[in-house]
Amino acid sequence: MSNVPSDWEVVIGLEVHVQLHTRAKVFASSPWGFGKAPNEQVDPVVLGLPGTLPVVNREAVEKSILFGLVVGSSVPEHCSWDRKNYFYPDNPKNYQLTQKDFPVVVGGQVEIELPGASRNVMGEHKFIRIHHAHLEEDVGKLSHAGSGSLVDYNRAGVPLLEIVTEPDLRSSAEAEAFLRSLVAMLTQAGVADCDMEKGQLRCDCNVSIRRRGADKLGTRTETKNLNSISSVRDTVIYETARQIRELEAGHSITQETRGWNAELGRGYVLRDKEDAHDYRYFPDPDIPTLKISRETVARLAKLVPENLYDRQRRYVEKLGLPYTAASVLVNDRALAEWFELAVAAHPTNPSGIANLVANDLLRDLAASAGAAGSFDEAVPAPVSLSSCPIKPAQLAGLVKLTDEAVISKQQAKEVFAEMFKTGQDAAAIVDAKGLRQNSDTGELEKIVQEVIADPAVAKSIAEYRAGNEKAINALKGPIMKCTQGKANPVLIDQLLRKFLG
Amino acid sequence: MADALHTLSAAELGRRLAAGSLTSRDLCEALIARYQVINDKVGAFTHLDQADVLAQAAASDVRRKAGQGRGPLEGIPVAIKDNIAVKGQPLTCSSKMLASLVSPYDSHVAERLRAAGAILYGRLNMDEFAMGSSTENSAIRKTFNPWDLARIPGGSSGGSAAALAAGLVPLSLGSDTGGSIRQPASHCGVVGLKPTYGLISRFGLVAFASSLDQIGPMARSIEDCELLLNALASADARDMTCFGPSDRALTPAGDAKKLRIGIPKGFLGKGVAPEVAAAVNAAIEFYRAQGCAISEVELPSADLAVPTYYVVATAEASSNLGRYDGVRYGHRSASAGTPVEMMTASRSEGFGPEVKRRILLGTFVLSAGYADAYYVRALRARAKIRAEYLAALAGVDVLLTPTVPTPAFKVGEKASDPLQLYLEDIFTIPANLAGLPAISVPCGKSGHLPVGFHLVGAPLSEAKLLAAGRLFEAAHGFAHQQATL
Repeated sequence: MSNVPSDWEVVIGLEVHVQLHTRAKVFASSPWGFGKAPNEQVDPVVLGLPGTLPVVNREAVEKSILFGLVVGSSVPEHCSWDRKNYFYPDNPKNYQLTQKDFPVVVGGQVEIELPGASRNVMGEHKFIRIHHAHLEEDVGKLSHAGSGSLVDYNRAGVPLLEIVTEPDLRSSAEAEAFLRSLVAMLTQAGVADCDMEKGQLRCDCNVSIRRRGADKLGTRTETKNLNSISSVRDTVIYETARQIRELEAGHSITQETRGWNAELGRGYVLRDKEDAHDYRYFPDPDIPTLKISRETVARLAKLVPENLYDRQRRYVEKLGLPYTAASVLVNDRALAEWFELAVAAHPTNPSGIANLVANDLLRDLAASAGAAGSFDEAVPAPVSLSSCPIKPAQLAGLVKLTDEAVISKQQAKEVFAEMFKTGQDAAAIVDAKGLRQNSDTGELEKIVQEVIADPAVAKSIAEYRAGNEKAINALKGPIMKCTQGKANPVLIDQLLRKFLG
Repeated sequence: MADALHTLSAAELGRRLAAGSLTSRDLCEALIARYQVINDKVGAFTHLDQADVLAQAAASDVRRKAGQGRGPLEGIPVAIKDNIAVKGQPLTCSSKMLASLVSPYDSHVAERLRAAGAILYGRLNMDEFAMGSSTENSAIRKTFNPWDLARIPGGSSGGSAAALAAGLVPLSLGSDTGGSIRQPASHCGVVGLKPTYGLISRFGLVAFASSLDQIGPMARSIEDCELLLNALASADARDMTCFGPSDRALTPAGDAKKLRIGIPKGFLGKGVAPEVAAAVNAAIEFYRAQGCAISEVELPSADLAVPTYYVVATAEASSNLGRYDGVRYGHRSASAGTPVEMMTASRSEGFGPEVKRRILLGTFVLSAGYADAYYVRALRARAKIRAEYLAALAGVDVLLTPTVPTPAFKVGEKASDPLQLYLEDIFTIPANLAGLPAISVPCGKSGHLPVGFHLVGAPLSEAKLLAAGRLFEAAHGFAHQQATL
C-alpha cells in the first residue's frame, strides 16, 4: 500500500468540496440538477444582474448544520458570509460568497477504517479531526470552442460545503479511507449525493513530508480539483515520492499550487506562492450575520443517523454478525435499515438474514437495476430498495421457514429466487411448489422402519453399528426417494440413529 | 388648466383624479408636453417611453372607472433614478458600461409602485453608478440646476431633484449612499428623505455601497414625500437587510412642537456659507419659538465621517462593480483576446474616471497588507460614529444641521478637485454610516439658489422627521416651489 521509506512521514490535509442535496441554489431560488442544457438553470440573481441580492437558502444552511452534527462539531451560535474577490468569466459577480471568519461548522471528527489483512478481517480505526466546514457558492464552467469561449452558469450558485480537515492523515490509504467514510456519512444523512462522476465531490489535497519523529511540519503543496478517490490516492503517492526525491537531492520544497493529470498519472505546477491571488476578503454587506437557533439544532439533531461504525460494532457485538456482512450492510443506510426491519420480524437469527441480504439480495438488486453512478469503484453503489420486490418481513419469513426446518437451505435459495421474481411470501411459494418438508414423525418413522427392513441396506447398517458413522448416509437416499425428497433431513437423521442405536 | 398641472402636488393631483375632474391620461399628456419643451434645458431625464407612459395612464383610468383603483398613487407619475430596475426599461446607471442594458426584472419598489397604481414615468439622470455630488459624472448627459442653468443640480440623484424643481414630474425616486438624495434636494429646493437602512428593499437597486445604499422618496412637499414613502416601505424577502414585517413599526410622530432638537457643536462653523448658516439659524429660531427644546450636542468623531465613508464605500464598490466585465451583459470591448483580456479592456473602456478612481481606492483599502490599516480601521470608526449618534439621539429627537455647506456651484467648478467635491457630503454621510433616517427640507435661499436644512433621527423615526418638516413648511413659503423656466 505504502512505499514511503520508513524514515519519512507524510502529512496530508484535505479540503473536500461537496455539492449539497438541495432543491434550490444557495443564494437564489433557481433550481439545479445535472444534465440540463447550458444556462437553463439561471435567474437574475444567479447571473449577478445589476440590483440583484443574495438570499441564504435555509435548506442549504440546515444541511450544513446537519453535517456538523454528524461529525460531532459544536454548532456555532451564528455564522456569516464573506466576499472572495477575483476576476474570472465563470464567476458571475466576480466575487464568490464564502465563509471566511465564521463558518457554519467548526470542529468535529470523522472515524475511518483502514483495510484489514483480508476482506473478512476488520482493519485499524482512527479519528480524523475536521477543522471547519464553510458554505459557499459553486462557480459556472468555462469552455473553449474554436476561436471563442463559452460559459455555462448552471453550476453557478450551487451550494458547496467545503470541509477542511486537520493535517491528520498519514498515508494514501488513510486519505482513501477518510473519503469513503466521509462520503458514507454525507450520503447516509442526506446531506449530499457525492456523485463524483457528476462533479458533486471535488478535493484539494495538501501534502508535506517530514522526518519521522519531527515536530515541525514540512513545506506543503496543494493539488487542486481532484475529482475521484483514486486521483487523491495517486496524488498522495506521487507527491510524497516527488518531495522525498527533492529533499534527498538537497533541494527544498516550494510552497505551490499544483494540478493533477489523471491520464498521465502526474502532477504539475499551477502557480507558486508569489503568484497567489489577493482575494480582498471582506464581510458581505448583503447578508446579515445568521443566528443559528438552538431549536433548529435540536430539530436537526433528530435527523442524525447512527454512525456508520457504531452500527457496525453493534451488528458484530450485539447481533453476532460476521464482520464481512456487517461491513457491507452499514455502508448503505437504507440497506441496513431494511435489514433491521427484517431482524425485527424474526429476531432469533440476524446472521441468517444478514447473509441473505448481503449476498443474494444485493446481487439480485444490482443485476436488476444496473449499477447506479458509482463514486468509488471499490465500494458498491447504493442500491434502490424502493423497487425491491421483497419486503423485509417477507425475507424474515423465509429465514424463519429455514430455521424451523420447514424447508432446507438448498430449497431456501430456490424460494428466494421466486420471491424476488414474484414478490410472494415464502410460505405461499413453498406451498404452491409443494416444497414443504415432511416432518411428520409418525409417517417418517414408518418409512424409516420399512427402509431399515430392506435387506439391500443390511450391509450399511452393519457398518454403522460397527462404528462407521458415515455409513448412515447410505440409508438416507432410499428414504428421500420414498418421500420425493421432502423428508426433513434432520429428522431422518434423528430417527435413523434412534432405530439403529 | 393643462399648463398648470405641473405645478400641483401629488396629493392635489390624487384628489382631482379621485374626484373625476382629471384623468391620468390628461395629466401624463400635459407632463409629456412640458418634457418636450423643458427636458433638453435641464437634462433631468435620460429616457422617457412616452407610448408606455400613456398606455399605463390609460390603464389606470380604466381601473379607476371600474372602481378598481389601487391606492393613493393611482394614476400619478413617479420618475425613477436610472439605477433602480424597472422591467423593460433601460438600467444604465448613467454609465457607458450599461448604456444598452434593459432590465429583465422589476425592483421591489417598482413592484410597489405598480401595486399602488402609480405610472412608472421615465428614467432620471445621475452620476455614474451614483458616484458623485453634481451629476457631472453621468456618461449620458449633463443635468443643470433649474434655478440656475449654469449650476449643478447636486448628485448623485441630480436628475430626480431637477425633474421636481423643473415641474417635470410630481414625485421621484432617488438613492442615497452618502447624501445622494438630500444634497440635490437641498440644491434644487425640494424635499428628499433617506429612510432608515432596511426600511425600503434594495432589491433592484444597482449596488454602489451595499451597507450604505437606500432608496428614498423625493417630492416638492412633505405631504407628497410621505405619500411616496408609505407606498415604498414594505418587507421584502429578497433583501436580507430589509426589515421583516415585525421589525418595521415606525415611531409615532408625537407633537412636533414638543420635539427636542439637538444642534451638533461646531457644525455651523465648518466652511458653511454665511447665507446657508443664516437660513439654518433662522430655522432653529423658528423651532425654538414653536416651543421645541433646542440643545447643543457633542459628536466628537464627526470629523472621521468623510474619510471613513470613502474607505467603506469604495471598498464595497470595488467588489460590487466587479460584475461589470462584458461577459454576460453591458459594454464588451471589441478588442477581445483571451476572456480575461476582454474583461480588462471592457472595464477600461466602460467606466468613467470617477468610477475608476473609486474602484482603485476600494481595491487598495481591501488589499492584503493594507486592509487592517484602512478597511478594518474604517469599520471601527463607523461603529464609533454610529454609537455617538445613537447616544446623542437618546437625549434629543432630531439633530439639525445644514444639508450642504454651500449652495449649488457652477458646472465644472469642482470637476478637477474630487476632494473638495467629497466635502459636499460632510453633513449627510453620518446618517448613512449609522443607518439612520434623514431628511432635507427647503428653508431659504442664498440669492436665487435654494438652501435646505437637514434632520437626522433615531432608527425608524421617519414620522418625527416628517412632522418636524411639516411644522416648518406650513409656516414658510418653500413647499411646491419650482424654478421658472
